[in-house]
Amino acid sequence: MIEARARVVVAMSGGVDSSTAAALLKRDGYEVVGVALRLPFYGNGAAAGSPCCGVKGIEDARRVAGKLGIPFYALDFRDEFRRSVIADFCRAYGEGRTPNPCVRCNEWIKFGKLLDRARALGADCLATGHYVRKEPDKRTGRIGLRTGRGEDDQSYFLFCLSQQQLQHALFPVGGHTKEEVRRLAKQWALPVHDKPGSQDLCFLPDGRYRDFLRAECPEAFRPGPILHVSGEALGRHEGIADYTVGQRRGLGIAHGQALYVVGFRPDDDAVIVGEKEHLLRSEIVAGEVNWLVAPPQDAMSARVKIRYNHAGADAEVVPVGDGKVRIRFAEPQEAPCPGQAAVFYRGDAVLGGGTIQSTLND
Amino acid sequence: MRRVYLDHSATTPVRAEALEAMLPYFSDEFGNASSVHGFGQRARHAVEEAREKIASLLGASPEEIVFTGGGTESDNLAIKGVIAGARDGGRHIITSSIEHHAVLNTCTMFEKQGFEVTYLPVDGYGLVDPEELRKALAAAGTDAVLVSIMMANNEVGTLEPIKELAAAAAEASVPFHTDAVQAVGKVPVDVEELGVDLLSLSAHKLYGPKGVGALYVRSGTRIQPLQHGGHHERGRRAGTEDVPGIVGMARAVEAACQEMDEESRRLHQLRDRLQGGLMERVEDNLLNGHPVRRRPHLLNMSFENVEGESILLSLDAIGVAASSGSACTSGTLEPSHVLTAMGIPPEIAHGSVRFSLGQATTAEDIEYVLEKLPPIIKRLRQMSPFAR
Repeated sequence: MIEARARVVVAMSGGVDSSTAAALLKRDGYEVVGVALRLPFYGNGAAAGSPCCGVKGIEDARRVAGKLGIPFYALDFRDEFRRSVIADFCRAYGEGRTPNPCVRCNEWIKFGKLLDRARALGADCLATGHYVRKEPDKRTGRIGLRTGRGEDDQSYFLFCLSQQQLQHALFPVGGHTKEEVRRLAKQWALPVHDKPGSQDLCFLPDGRYRDFLRAECPEAFRPGPILHVSGEALGRHEGIADYTVGQRRGLGIAHGQALYVVGFRPDDDAVIVGEKEHLLRSEIVAGEVNWLVAPPQDAMSARVKIRYNHAGADAEVVPVGDGKVRIRFAEPQEAPCPGQAAVFYRGDAVLGGGTIQSTLND
Repeated sequence: MRRVYLDHSATTPVRAEALEAMLPYFSDEFGNASSVHGFGQRARHAVEEAREKIASLLGASPEEIVFTGGGTESDNLAIKGVIAGARDGGRHIITSSIEHHAVLNTCTMFEKQGFEVTYLPVDGYGLVDPEELRKALAAAGTDAVLVSIMMANNEVGTLEPIKELAAAAAEASVPFHTDAVQAVGKVPVDVEELGVDLLSLSAHKLYGPKGVGALYVRSGTRIQPLQHGGHHERGRRAGTEDVPGIVGMARAVEAACQEMDEESRRLHQLRDRLQGGLMERVEDNLLNGHPVRRRPHLLNMSFENVEGESILLSLDAIGVAASSGSACTSGTLEPSHVLTAMGIPPEIAHGSVRFSLGQATTAEDIEYVLEKLPPIIKRLRQMSPFAR
């Protein structure tokens, strides 16, 4: 634990989690500085009051900071966010991958640029409102991560943090459930205690990301063929950025059985479709793996989550060098998406994770 | 923690004599200046006395002073009012590229409506060249409806050659407005001497209350009101007068003009001490604005390889209040439009900090900043990704 009166910067979105995180730190005697990130915002007028990250979010965060009596600054990260997270978002869709901008934002913006700023301001730590617990391993000296309690676990978005980033990270609500957090927020009369949470991307509050992609990165749209797994040509499409693996609707093809997007062929921008059973994968490869435990030499068994709301599946994780692992599922999994994270767990310990690169047996 | 306020260009506290002058008009003398009875008459008297006071300090006649809700409203009234009142409906506005947003965004609003707007360039010190204005006026011809150029820049403090600029506008018979919000009370302002047709001022920049300002409108200048209602302010600004605010402003302008010479000298010395000390103690610095033709209490400096915002936040943490650019734009990472217009590259513009000294500033305050700021910049540079 850090000595009291240490200065901590809290990333405040205006939501109940980060607001309560700030309040908990203040209660525990830290010198708390609230910071909101100004990020690009592509919502329409109606959505401008959306719960997160927009101007309303910053104003809510400012009200909470005022209530807590802590200094508060809105820092502009629009440029950096565009150049890193959004550029990656566009690139991924153009290449038939389904990106995970929240993971990238945590890695590059919050625990990257913002942590740098926080340390330049003399803070030792950056705190966020994520439901995840930090746990130093006395034996190995590494800092591990444990899942948040219950359904509110957000470790899926934080597996990518390096040891150095974790050293300066604080997750004050990590040991609480969302219900407890709301109760605390209400007890402390934080103005956002009953604010609904958001599932949408903060920069696309209305979830219309295909309109966004067309407007912001038209180069991600190259027309190509729609092919059945059998090789049969079924039609044309306007760009693979319109599709994600597992997608069923909006294919615009009449066919005997329900068809799903099962993959892409970048060489000729082909969208490959097939029946439901073609979505099943028993093996995938993940790259850019980050280990929260000591990097293993040999195969290890783990429960692997391949998307945020995935329950997790038993698998064998085999390091194959070059920062990659091969993941063999005990039971075939439906529609793992290249670009999404695969995160490995044992019990409530986060072992590590990587980005799904290819899904084999196709 | 020590509290050092070096952001007097953003706002100032209400000075004691102004506050004292205002107080009776909140309670005992609360009358509506338009009412016929004694309550109203006493309020009317206070407003007219304030008008006379301000007029005489600016070299104007009382009927040429219109009280407004602040500097921004004064600028809006000047620009929109003159355009609406123009007999032959000219559709070309000439302004500078370093105006306050109250002027700049009003002009861009007209631009969107199809008006032509010329944004005169400035040199590296932020000065507008009267020759450029002559050229622009010649190019606009009879379509020119208004020239609006600020007297003192809010970010870098550069004082524009208003007399020469106003003369150029007069030659072309085009009304000339100047935003003097940052000049009144800091440097001598005389509307006759300057030859301007309209001049904006604001109370809270010179130790008066917030929410009150005035616009000087030369007799004979055609102007339409922004808001309609009663016949207040000779039909130029409807709405019950803010009597305490107006009284406070007049007292504040009066006091500022009385002490201007002495206070300017004092602040000039302190500012030069701050400027000299920082130049000596911090490497790779750059003075923004004109070294001499500048408001005496203002210092705008850039520090290479460090962001102005980080400096401000670090200063705030030790109780020192400064700013980067104007308060209305800080919080955005777009480099200041003023520094950009002066040709300062964005990476240097990002490292700019504005210190504006005032009444409460002491030599100890300056020494405190000189002691604390160099190590802050050193630390920020060590952590900076731009550092060499």
